[in-house]
Amino acid sequence: MRKLTVGLKRAALCVAVGGMIGAAGPAFAAGEQFVPVPIYRVGPYAAGGTGIFGGMMDYMQMINARDGGVNGVKLTWEECETEYKNDRGVECYERLKKKGPTGATVFHPLSTGITYSVIERATADKIPVISMGYGRTDASDGRIFPYIFPLITNYWSQSTAKIKFIGQREGGMDKLKGKKLVNLYHGSAYGKETIPVLDIQAKKYGFEVTHIEVAHPGNEQQSQWLQIRQIKPDWVILRGWGVMNPTALKTAQKVGFPADKILGVWWSGAEEDVLPAGDAAKGYIASGFHPSGTDFPVIQDIQKLVYGGGKKGNMDDPRRVGTIYYNRGVIHGIITVEAIRTAQEKYGKKPLTGEQVRWGIENLNIDDKVLKRIGAYGLMPTLKVSCLDHEGGGGVKFQQWDGTKWVVISDWFQTDQSIVRPMIEDSAAKYAKEKNLAPRDCAKEAAAEGKKKS
Amino acid sequence: MIYREAGQFKDGYAADEQIFPIRQDRYGIVFILVLAFVGVPLIANDYWFSAILIPFLILSLAALGLNILTGYTGQLSLGTAGFMAVGAFAAFNFMLRVPGMPLLAAFILAGLTAAAVGVVFGLPSLRIKGFYLAVATLAAQFFIEWVLVKFPWFSNYNPSGVISAQPMEILGYAFDTPARKYMLTLCIVAVLALAAKNMARCETGRVWMAVRDMDIAAEVIGIPILKTKLLAFAVSSFYCGVAGALWAFAYLGAVEPAAFDLGRSFQILFMIILGGVGTVLGSFLGAAFIVLLPIFLNVFAHILLPGVSSSLLSNLELIVFGSFIIFFLIVEPHGLARLWQIGKEKLRLWPFPH
Repeated sequence: MRKLTVGLKRAALCVAVGGMIGAAGPAFAAGEQFVPVPIYRVGPYAAGGTGIFGGMMDYMQMINARDGGVNGVKLTWEECETEYKNDRGVECYERLKKKGPTGATVFHPLSTGITYSVIERATADKIPVISMGYGRTDASDGRIFPYIFPLITNYWSQSTAKIKFIGQREGGMDKLKGKKLVNLYHGSAYGKETIPVLDIQAKKYGFEVTHIEVAHPGNEQQSQWLQIRQIKPDWVILRGWGVMNPTALKTAQKVGFPADKILGVWWSGAEEDVLPAGDAAKGYIASGFHPSGTDFPVIQDIQKLVYGGGKKGNMDDPRRVGTIYYNRGVIHGIITVEAIRTAQEKYGKKPLTGEQVRWGIENLNIDDKVLKRIGAYGLMPTLKVSCLDHEGGGGVKFQQWDGTKWVVISDWFQTDQSIVRPMIEDSAAKYAKEKNLAPRDCAKEAAAEGKKKS
Repeated sequence: MIYREAGQFKDGYAADEQIFPIRQDRYGIVFILVLAFVGVPLIANDYWFSAILIPFLILSLAALGLNILTGYTGQLSLGTAGFMAVGAFAAFNFMLRVPGMPLLAAFILAGLTAAAVGVVFGLPSLRIKGFYLAVATLAAQFFIEWVLVKFPWFSNYNPSGVISAQPMEILGYAFDTPARKYMLTLCIVAVLALAAKNMARCETGRVWMAVRDMDIAAEVIGIPILKTKLLAFAVSSFYCGVAGALWAFAYLGAVEPAAFDLGRSFQILFMIILGGVGTVLGSFLGAAFIVLLPIFLNVFAHILLPGVSSSLLSNLELIVFGSFIIFFLIVEPHGLARLWQIGKEKLRLWPFPH
């Protein structure tokens, strides 16, 4: 008899495990909207992965606890470890894309490399991909990339804001003439993405730019900084990620380059990027599309509902709530939830498919009124997405590290679309030609929508 | 008993020279092929095809390539991923720049390009051996990655240096679904694995093994060392090149040179060490171990240990994976293929071991 029970137990376990490995997955109730979480908790970029996805999951948990989901539709999610590797990311995408009653709603790759790898898959599977502040830049042209949304600002737009900021610091855009810039970039798709736009701006404003690559993961930069010392640039743009950032700041101090002439991109401007550098980081400036801190009603709601009363949220270290990465994760959550809310207005208050949420993202309009309603006023820029523009026209703020916290030192800088948009359209058109794609006709689609409404 | 070959008589040279001289092996391989070509497509879903089976097959092919060089010829190489990158970028450029280029021809040309590069980097192998050669091939790894990044021509001036593979089509038949991509990959891998098996047991392979076991002795009995080593480099790089092209075309769809970094080279080297150096079977077993185990651990961990914090689980996976590697290396330093061989011998006597 005992043997039999053991055997039965084993069989049950096998069946259970076998079921898990198949696409079936755990059971989700019908009134739920599934969001995949391809997190990276290990590896050199773990600080970004845990902070951003931790914030996003906390926000969704808070929405479930406070509002009972989005208009009554509960949000569910499941983690999958990518280790920031493209092949593991693809595996996670494939594993999670069919979970939940309506499949994956929206995919956040949180890695430029993984974004590139899922563009075609997601387009074929009709699952929208939000690559907020990263990803494939020319995907901002929604006519050719209907399912890809590099929201808030893409890399190129961000670069134009940065040059504007440098111009302001130097006392006017005309003062940029003859200045020397160094673009110290991470040796990956992410790092290389801004080279062409910097070259074009260099020509336009008359400055000189030298591109210096740091090989992944970037924990050794002696030779690069010696080269920088020889060039004697006026500014160094730090296009780093993960462990490369503190290393850059420390090495800069070693070769005597002032930290306040180093301008980081927003993947170089979190607490985790500067704290390990200690003293060397003081005065370092980084761009961002949101401040740190917990002085926002939405973050306070999370503290109360997710962490209050000794409860455990999705951050191992609750002190990280309100850091740069965490707040960025909350913004990921806000955009996901608002996209679902927008789509629900058209398709009804029920679990939606990826295709329906895609419409929601494309018609997303987060203005000051919405921001005040969700308690995120000042946390993120306003956003208006359209068929033509999958970026949404966000702004860029600059912040300086004072040794203990990030201090915002500028207002929203608008990006220079006169430079970026033609480049995007060129590049997207080239992609369309390579792939034999016919661009969508936005005017026609809008007309069809209008007709349906009236 | 199960594996006894008693009663299987060979009545001619042809029977004696078969790839699988034992009947049970022949049935086994037919069973595996039928399973792979017919059974799997019937039961597997898209997730299995595109996230597990395709990468497993492609990395098996790369491991097979490295096994030809390291396992059969004894030349330690750390440039595997570099040669894969050559294959991927070559296939992309052949498809892009030659109008009407057939897909398979592009793959073959990509393999040949990788072979040519492999021969160039194999030249030092005449003078340097062992670990020193590993360092020389490490140079190949870094040099190839650097060249592909440095000259934007290779990625058709993509700002991020990413190539996106063209759609796959052979004679008007599109390989666009995961199942079709799997079939294409499986066909290529099966043909190349058969070729490798045959190479290993004919003169080419014997010469390689002679060089591996003692190159001076091999030279004394009249084996041209340089030619043999370079041939091994060429064939090995060809396999890696085709694997790289498949990685870009059949698996990821869009790759950057960083996808073929040193970590990938090490990964493939570990595959053959764990799977079995100098065996065809070992390449597949090793690839299965290295590719599938982390994924299974990730899936199992969340089922078997519910309620444990995810970050602990993620780190636990790496620890468990590492312990498995150490365990297998202690239990059988000659790899999983050797375990299978021992198992076969045991089965031959079982259940009457005396």
